[in-house]
Amino acid sequence: MSVLVYTESENGSFKKTAFEVASYAKAVADQMGTTVTAVAINANDTSELGTYGVDKVLNVSNDALKNFNAKSYASVVAQAAKQEDAKVIVVSQTADSKYLAPILAVSLEAGYASNVVEVPTSTSPFTVKRTAFTNKAFNMTTIDTDVKVVGVSNNSFGLVENSGSATAEDFSPSLPESGVSVESVDKATDKVTIADAEIVVSAGRGMKGPENWGMIEELADVLGAATACSKPVSDLGWRPHSEHVGQTGKPVASNLYIAIGISGAIQHLAGINASKVKVVVNTDPEAPFFKAADYGVVGDAFEVVPQLIEKLKAFKAANA
Amino acid sequence: MKILVCISHVPDTTSKINFTDGDTKFDTNGVQFVINPNDEFGLTRAMWFKEKQGASVTVVNVGGAETEPTLRKALAIGADNAVRVNTEAKDGFQVAKELANVVKEGGYDLVIAGRESIDYNGGMVPGMLAEMVGANFVTNCISLEVDGNNAKAVREIDGGKETVSTSLPLVIGGQKGLVEESDLRIPNMRGIMMARQKPLNVVEPTGASVETASVKFEKPAPKGAVTLVSPDNLDELVNLLHNEAKVI
Ligand SMILES: Cc1cc2nc3c(=O)[nH]c(=O)nc-3n(C[C@H](O)[C@H](O)[C@H](O)COP(=O)(O)OP(=O)(O)OC[C@H]3O[C@@H](n4cnc5c(N)ncnc54)[C@H](O)[C@@H]3O)c2cc1C
Repeated sequence: MSVLVYTESENGSFKKTAFEVASYAKAVADQMGTTVTAVAINANDTSELGTYGVDKVLNVSNDALKNFNAKSYASVVAQAAKQEDAKVIVVSQTADSKYLAPILAVSLEAGYASNVVEVPTSTSPFTVKRTAFTNKAFNMTTIDTDVKVVGVSNNSFGLVENSGSATAEDFSPSLPESGVSVESVDKATDKVTIADAEIVVSAGRGMKGPENWGMIEELADVLGAATACSKPVSDLGWRPHSEHVGQTGKPVASNLYIAIGISGAIQHLAGINASKVKVVVNTDPEAPFFKAADYGVVGDAFEVVPQLIEKLKAFKAANA
Repeated sequence: MKILVCISHVPDTTSKINFTDGDTKFDTNGVQFVINPNDEFGLTRAMWFKEKQGASVTVVNVGGAETEPTLRKALAIGADNAVRVNTEAKDGFQVAKELANVVKEGGYDLVIAGRESIDYNGGMVPGMLAEMVGANFVTNCISLEVDGNNAKAVREIDGGKETVSTSLPLVIGGQKGLVEESDLRIPNMRGIMMARQKPLNVVEPTGASVETASVKFEKPAPKGAVTLVSPDNLDELVNLLHNEAKVI
């Protein structure tokens, strides 16, 4: 018996969330007095997982798994869980893992708790804290089945380094008929994505038009951040829909969320409440965002952002 | 084509979130319930299939009698009939099992659910349902075309989108993008009158077991006041983010 963790990779490299869920799995394994086994699919080098508490890696190399496919990937993880007699399976909450987890849960007849933000408060009964009501509350949930699937919210647990090292073993599961085939992928590969980002720079209708996004991108660049936007901005076609955050858009759980020219309507806040530190730049001191923010600048984005870029560049140079 | 649209009955986003019974129950006092926004996009897409390609549209909810006004609203928007599985929805797995039974009994070709409901944001029902009935599954779906038995869908992925091809029977988790927001429908008087005549069948649950249980709710600790920084002193902001918040 061990705690099993699905560690996502892209083009052979692990995503940051993979190390986070590995860290989480290690914490759960310690509580239960057991070890951590990771499932890695088409990853180049799995040794780094040891740094985050993984004892053993089941290495899957298969060209048929080149593109993510929820059903096939869920089947791989399920077969690994059975082989390892895993009672707890940990996944992240990226778009792909959220796609895979319910399929996995059904095939293992496992209860699934999503959006989990802390290690279990108890492992018997298995009790976890998850967000509810679009981050306006938390819910303590027990998972009552023998096998349990835990979906850990991105950036909620963080990375915890361990001194261990991971052994690797080849794993060759059988693959089901996938039923869904990928025709094309349209994705900016050189950009930090909102789900992975520790810092997100987001801008709203206060930016007046798409031509003014240069400074938002530059600010994001300096910070190594992903860019995002409010709903009207994507509705107006100023930015792609994949950048729209909020209740009807993407959720953001970054360490730092910088909102520029965004009013802070409740539907927008619903998507970003899980972010730890929020900074708002807005001309209107009455903008509701100031009530939700940790730091605020009442000022014109067109003056504040270019200056902030300069200050951050200077800060980086001084701390390099 | 027989389409089933899953409708989640959720508190309107602007609702005040409170709990009763020692923080074990959601306080519905003064809360306005609505069709889950992700489901509304799906319902509108289903209406499009009905009008453009010919399809019957059934809406379904797993819940008590209090959810009927939400189902009636979906009927007023144009669904042909409604099913309510008469049991309190306790967790995603249980809801998916009850829905799977409805799907099997009704022989639906296409099931449109929302990618997640805005109360628990669990995002589990559509995928679980698909797996239980052995249908193909696409979530975060922002476009769907069906031609005979074949379907083409676009789904949002982290950092972009992906076009996939698949076949019926199919379950999708839909979201904004599935139809234009300006195409979302508000029930009109005629629709509301007609909805009263449409069948709303109450079926008894299969008694599916519940895999997870809610023990207690908690509200986040009240947030401290914002620290304002003058636009003329952005060094201070950088300093605070580095030394106090420790995020840069
Ligand atoms: C069912 C439903 C779901 C929704 N889902 C979402 C969602 O997921 N995400 C979302 O974002 N919204 C959502 N909305 C919309 C939401 O209610 C708001 O309309 C939206 O968030 C406003 O976006 P905004 O702040 O960019 O624009 P605005 O409301 O136009 O605000 C712009 C802000 O910019 C400030 N500003 C203007 N000029 C400057 C300047 N030069 N420098 C600095 N500040 C400036 C203004 O003071 C203002 O506060 C939803 C609405 C509904 C009804």
